[in-house]
Amino acid sequence: MRWLLILAARSAWNRRLTLGMTLVAVALSVTLLLGVERVRHEARNSFALSVSGTDLVVGARTSAVQLMLYAVFRLGEASNNIRWQSYQAIAADPAVAWAIPLSLGDSHHGLPVLGTTGAYFEHFRYGDGQPLSFAAGAPFSGLFETVLGAEVADRLGYRLGDRIVISHGMGDTGLAEHDDKPFTVVGILARTGTPVDRTLHVSLEAIEAIHLDWAGGAPLPGLSIPAEYVRKFDLQPKEITAALIGLKSRAAVFRLQRKINNHPGEPLLAVLPGVALDQLWQMVGFAERTLLAVSAMVVAVGLAGLVAVILASLGERRRELAILRSVGARPGELFFLLSAEALFVTLLGALLGVALLALLTTLLAPLVQAHFGLSLSAQWVTSDELQLLAAVVAAGLLASLVPGYSAYRLSLADGLTPRL
Amino acid sequence: MPAALIRIENLRFRWADDADFCLDIPLLEVHAGERVFLHGPSGSGKSTLLGLLGGVLVPERGRLHLLGSELTQLRPAARDRFRADHVGFLFQLFNLIPYLSVVDNVLLSCRFSARRLARATAAGNSPAAEAHRLLTQLDLDASLHGRQVTRLSVGQQQRVAAARALIGQPEIVIADEPTSALDTERQVAFLELLRDECDRSGSTLLFVSHDRRLAAGFDRQLSLATGGGVSAGGSA
Repeated sequence: MRWLLILAARSAWNRRLTLGMTLVAVALSVTLLLGVERVRHEARNSFALSVSGTDLVVGARTSAVQLMLYAVFRLGEASNNIRWQSYQAIAADPAVAWAIPLSLGDSHHGLPVLGTTGAYFEHFRYGDGQPLSFAAGAPFSGLFETVLGAEVADRLGYRLGDRIVISHGMGDTGLAEHDDKPFTVVGILARTGTPVDRTLHVSLEAIEAIHLDWAGGAPLPGLSIPAEYVRKFDLQPKEITAALIGLKSRAAVFRLQRKINNHPGEPLLAVLPGVALDQLWQMVGFAERTLLAVSAMVVAVGLAGLVAVILASLGERRRELAILRSVGARPGELFFLLSAEALFVTLLGALLGVALLALLTTLLAPLVQAHFGLSLSAQWVTSDELQLLAAVVAAGLLASLVPGYSAYRLSLADGLTPRL
Repeated sequence: MPAALIRIENLRFRWADDADFCLDIPLLEVHAGERVFLHGPSGSGKSTLLGLLGGVLVPERGRLHLLGSELTQLRPAARDRFRADHVGFLFQLFNLIPYLSVVDNVLLSCRFSARRLARATAAGNSPAAEAHRLLTQLDLDASLHGRQVTRLSVGQQQRVAAARALIGQPEIVIADEPTSALDTERQVAFLELLRDECDRSGSTLLFVSHDRRLAAGFDRQLSLATGGGVSAGGSA
């Protein structure tokens, strides 16, 4: 038995070039399969960690998922705003412990600018309920001051005291600039692994101030209000995009949700973050399963290639099998010899695939973090991935029976003298 | 007269996919220590007979008695075991496994038979040392023992194959045209080495060839007729 394994290994080594290529194919397919699973897992994780302790997210009436996407994950744009009066009415409800207004729509180098209040730094929670903390500086107090997320400061190389200009609207290029009213960086947040890292925070009044002399998404011609005069105007916001609500007691959540959804002044929507996330997963679940199925097919293709290569080699190895027969090998032992080779390559491919994934996640983690806000952990394998690996090996075991059986049949037909 | 080492009686074999051919052997006996030359032109069923003696083929009817065992009564696994323990095979060409060393090729016989491993090391040698001894005995220079088998000449390869057939002193050595790829001079030398080694290890030699000129030096000559019969070819 042990000798047969050695024999299988030496034989495989003898054909290392062709087997090596199939090994690479199997390894890459395993990397793809595990990679898809890893990204899926991390995406869910990072979404789930993005908001914590918030009982209700309130916005203009739209779908629950869309509200979550733009209010919490800063993905996409709001279709409608809500009136400041409505927000104030909700915030004044006796059941509400705290409320954070969110005003979105402007950007800086493609990163979202969020208008909010000091309540954001006080009450916002992420992960397991961790509060935001400052890596440097403090919350904004003046009008043209901004607090940066960790990723913003890292990627753009900003430090405290730097002056930055905000663009009107979302996007990367071709946007009108609010260049008459630059902001000073007064605080940089510690990294959270959530969309907060990619956000620039300013006060609601600042959002109002930079749009004073604007109408319809462009500066009004002939009207320019210098930064030093804006304080003379009423900077009370008229609209905000959404609000995060924390309750004194969670028991009141459904009552308040119903109350907000039936708000008399304008159509509003209040969602429970957890419920909205579940809806989101139901929506993307189909895409996830499709992606996983495609990568499973790629693994199947890899294994089919492996079987094809071993079967092709069997033709040249008929003499070898006859020699082994003549010294006493049983057909079952030849079955084992050929199966072991296929299984050996599958196992090695799975290992190599895992190593490759670890390497890729380590190398690509900063890039993925910067572009998608996903923190890929460079761990070896999770238990879910282990199950996938086990499935791959099981498929490899099944596939290995094909060359094994062929060798078995061949050795019975050929006997000691292959009829070539 | 002692009991025959190989005794074939009323044997009949037909391939499932070849209705014309039929191997029919009324009686064939080989005694212990004999060196028998079996002449068979191509198409006479040499390979079939080897398959039967090796226990990888089963006759339609008849008896196949080797070393006191009735092969036809054994189960397939037991026949494989029997072949590993008692029969050394030597083929025409490409006798060696290309990715194994010379010594590992020789030791292949011992890997599948504990009995032959035990006999190869009975004198106190390690298996590898016994392989080296046999190879040297068969006139393969020690400098060649470490060489890749694919880089040996055909004659050298056949001597390695002979060492594999002989190691662990199997009772029967069956050689199937092992000299056909050699030139005449080397054929004679190889045959002499093979016969001497068989004598030394006490193995009975059944040498199968289409070339009658090689029959000199054998105790007995038998003939397989085209179509599958066997007859005494007179002693040499």
